Amino acid sequence: MGKRSNEPLVWMLFSVGGVVAAMLMPIHLLLFGLAFPLGWLDAPSYEQLLALVRHPLARVYLLILCSLPLFHWAHRFRFTLYDGLQIKHLNELINLFCYGGAILGTALAAYLVWNIA
Amino acid sequence: MINPTEYLPKSYHTRVSTYWWLTRWAYFKFILREASSVFVAWIVVVTLLQIRALTHGPAAYAELQNWLRSPLLLALNAVSLCFVIFHAVTWFNLTPKAMVIRLRGKRLPGLAIAAPNYVAWAAISAAVAWIVLRG
Amino acid sequence: MANRITLEVTRYDPARDEKPRLDAFEVPLRQEWVVLDALNYIKDHLDGSLTFRWSCRMGVCGSCGMTVNGVPKLTCATFLSDYAPGPVRVEPMSNFPVLRDLVVDTSDFLVKLAKAKPWIIRKVEKPRDEEYFQTPEQLDVYKQFSMCINCMLCYAACPVYGLDPLFSGPAAIALAQRYNLDSRDEGASERLDILSQHDGIWGCTFVGECTQVCPKNVDPAGAIQQYKLTATMEWLKALVLPRGAE
Repeated sequence: MGKRSNEPLVWMLFSVGGVVAAMLMPIHLLLFGLAFPLGWLDAPSYEQLLALVRHPLARVYLLILCSLPLFHWAHRFRFTLYDGLQIKHLNELINLFCYGGAILGTALAAYLVWNIA
Repeated sequence: MINPTEYLPKSYHTRVSTYWWLTRWAYFKFILREASSVFVAWIVVVTLLQIRALTHGPAAYAELQNWLRSPLLLALNAVSLCFVIFHAVTWFNLTPKAMVIRLRGKRLPGLAIAAPNYVAWAAISAAVAWIVLRG
Repeated sequence: MANRITLEVTRYDPARDEKPRLDAFEVPLRQEWVVLDALNYIKDHLDGSLTFRWSCRMGVCGSCGMTVNGVPKLTCATFLSDYAPGPVRVEPMSNFPVLRDLVVDTSDFLVKLAKAKPWIIRKVEKPRDEEYFQTPEQLDVYKQFSMCINCMLCYAACPVYGLDPLFSGPAAIALAQRYNLDSRDEGASERLDILSQHDGIWGCTFVGECTQVCPKNVDPAGAIQQYKLTATMEWLKALVLPRGAE
C-alpha cells in the first residue's frame, strides 16, 4: 500500500464493536436497566452477581462488552461530528476525544475487571 | 476543481446546509442510526458503574440499584434500549451489503446472510438472560 | 385544469444572475409524459432559452439527471403523472456547480472516475489473436457494477460528497470494484493504493442513498463497504507479512 492509513484499523474496531453492541447490549440493558429496576424479573442478589463476575470467562466477557462498543461509538461519533455538524476542521480535537475516550474507557474497564474481588 | 477545457465558465456553487440531515426522511434515519452510538457509549458507562459497585461492596451496589430506579434513569434507559435495538436491526440488515458470500457461483441472497444474525442475536440474548437469571 | 401541471424550474444565467431562481411553467399533463418531455415542451413552446442536458430519453445515456421534488432522478424515467396535481420542482443535481439553468459542471466526477482506473489492467497482455475467456459465473460476480451509466445521481444523493469534495464518491468506487472483480483484470492493488487513502473510501458513512437513487440497481453503497472490507484485509495481511506477496 502507498500511504499508510490508520483507517483500516479504526474501521475494523468500529465493525467488531458494532457487532458486539448489536448482539449483547439490548439484552443487558433490558435486564439491568429496565427489568430489574422495575421489578419485572427478580434480580440476582449481590452475592450471586459477584460470584458470577468472578469467573475468568465473565471478566473477559465484560472487558469485551465494555471496550469494543466504545470504539464503535468513537468512529460513528467522529463522523457525525464531521458531517452532521460540519466541524471537520477540528478533526485533531475530535479524534483525540473519540479514540482517546475509547482507549481510556478500555483501560478503565480493564482496571475494574481486573480488580473484581 | 480541475477544468480540462480552456473555457472557464462562471458557475454557482451551493453549500450543503448544516441541517441537511433534516431535509429528507432517509437522511434523518441515517443520523438517528449514527446517534445510536451515543447510547451505546452510555450503556458502557452504566455497565462500568455496575462493575465498580460490585467491587465496592453490597452497600454501594444497593445505592446504584436505587439510582437506576429513579424515573430519569428509567426513561433514559428505555430510550437507550430503543436506540440500541435500532442499531442492531439496521446493523444486521446492512451486513449483507458489505459481505458477499458466493455458493456454487451464485451470490447468497441478503436474507440468507441477515437471518443467521437474527438467530444468533436471539440465541445469545437467551444465553445471557439464562446465565444472569439462574443466579 | 386536471390536464395541466405546473413545473417550477431552476433558472440561472451566469452572465446576469447572482444566484439561481425558480420560474413556473404550465405544461400539458399527459399520461405518457415524463419530466423530460415537459422540459422539451417548455423549450419548444414557452421559453427557448431553457438549458438542460439530455440525449437518449431511454435511461441509457445518463445525461438527464436532475433533482425532481428534492430527489435525484433521471428525468426521462420520471413520469409527470406521478406528481399530479403538482407543482413539480425541477432543479439541477445537488453537490455540483451550476453552469446554467439545469446544467451542472461534471468535471470533478470525470477526474475521480479516471483516478479509479475503470479499465482492464493486465501485467502482460495476451497476443492480439488470443481471447480472454470468461464463464457466466465469472461475469455474474461484477455484472451488477458494470451497469453504471455515469449519470451521477449517486453523487447528487451523497451528503458526504457534498461536504467533502475530496471523497472519491459512489460511482467511481463502484466502477473500481467492477474491474477489481473481473477475472481478466490484474489491477486491484493499483486501485487499492489510490482508493484506500484517507479520502478515497473512508469518508463514506453508509448513508445508503446512492443505492436508493441509482436507476440501474448498481448498489454503490454495497460496493464501498465491500471495498472497505477488502482494504482492511489487505492492511491486516501487510501487518502480518510486512514484506508479503508483493
